[in-house]
Amino acid sequence: MNKLQNFSKGLIKENPVLVLVLGTCPTLATSTSIINALGMGAAATVVLLCSNIVISALRKIIPDKVRIPCYIVLIAGFVTMVQMLVKAFAPALDESLGIYLPLIVVNCIILGRAEMFANKNTVPDAAIDALGMGAGFTLALLAMATIREVFGNGTFLGMEIPVLAQNKISILTMAPGGFFVFGILIALVNKFGKYKPKKKDFGCEDCPQADGCAMAGKGGCADAERAEVTAQ
Amino acid sequence: MTTFIVILLSAVFVNNYVLTRFLGICPFLGVSKKLDSAVGMSLAVIFVMLMATAATWPIQTFLLTPNNLDYLQTIVFILVIAALVQLVEIVLKRYVPSLHQSLGVYLPLITTNCAVLGVTILNITENYTFAESMVNSLGSGLGFMLAMVMFSGVRSKLEGADIPESFKGLPVTLVAASITSLSFLGFGGVVENMFPV
Repeated sequence: MNKLQNFSKGLIKENPVLVLVLGTCPTLATSTSIINALGMGAAATVVLLCSNIVISALRKIIPDKVRIPCYIVLIAGFVTMVQMLVKAFAPALDESLGIYLPLIVVNCIILGRAEMFANKNTVPDAAIDALGMGAGFTLALLAMATIREVFGNGTFLGMEIPVLAQNKISILTMAPGGFFVFGILIALVNKFGKYKPKKKDFGCEDCPQADGCAMAGKGGCADAERAEVTAQ
Repeated sequence: MTTFIVILLSAVFVNNYVLTRFLGICPFLGVSKKLDSAVGMSLAVIFVMLMATAATWPIQTFLLTPNNLDYLQTIVFILVIAALVQLVEIVLKRYVPSLHQSLGVYLPLITTNCAVLGVTILNITENYTFAESMVNSLGSGLGFMLAMVMFSGVRSKLEGADIPESFKGLPVTLVAASITSLSFLGFGGVVENMFPV
């Protein structure tokens, strides 16, 4: 697989949000406005890039048995750094993302990429993968946020849109709208996507984060890895 | 006493973790297919939330804040939760095997559940006292259970429905979740009106 494919797979074919269905919580919660979506996407991408590079560099050193705790500590460290940076340079963003900023630690995408990609690939590959996945996450967030902000609030990046501003569908910016837009987007991807996602219900079994349960002998990650192999 | 009731009711209904705060969506979509697994998962979440709050609140108040180590919050909390879940599992397995059988499978899944980390961090940011934190955690857990149980009922109805091909699986589940969460919007303002300050 060449470098370009490695990058672009995260955008569409293996879009972490719309196809792999990872990181649903931040997607739903922070896609109320475009600014929030961009901020969340950027923060998650930075954490993903750092954690993928470091985990890939340390993949021969970290013992297999304690790898998940090691990853979590590394990721939590990077999240703390990003949190401090955002607090210092973009306090408004920190305010609006609130609790979802520290919750990047438990974002499935980051641990998922560490487990599925970074720990078996070289540093440059892992970095490219992180950038692609981060871009895919941001893209999906942006798509949702655009729909929710334009139709729900009648604005685009805070600028009022003439007709829509008078005919807001406010429910779209609230919690039910989040679920609804996300459902419709996934249905669209199912319908028009060239690469049919698995016709399987989403479960914690599919979530690479559930590696704890794989260790408990449930084989949760096996499916995700198989999907990765077939995709290649 | 009124404070506790207000915190409890708002946590269960108004600020429902799953349906209005979007925390813990992963188990909400994954484990809500059958009623008994939904109840099992929710009981495990309530249990871990209470334990995690009981552990993290003192750590934050007596260890991190006095030593100006607030920035370590995220790392310390996630490690405490992970260790706690492991500990709970070992203890249950050894001393209460029957409970371990019913909750056991769900426990490892909870380690990285954002609802648990979310509730511990929110307790700190909301400046709750220890008792208030525990009540808030209990309410959040009960709210999670309410959402799970309600949604498992909705999903059992979906089983037999005739759904367009591209909506099968996750999309229709999300649309159903949207309607369920719509019903929770009705609780907005109820608690404030019940207990005017």
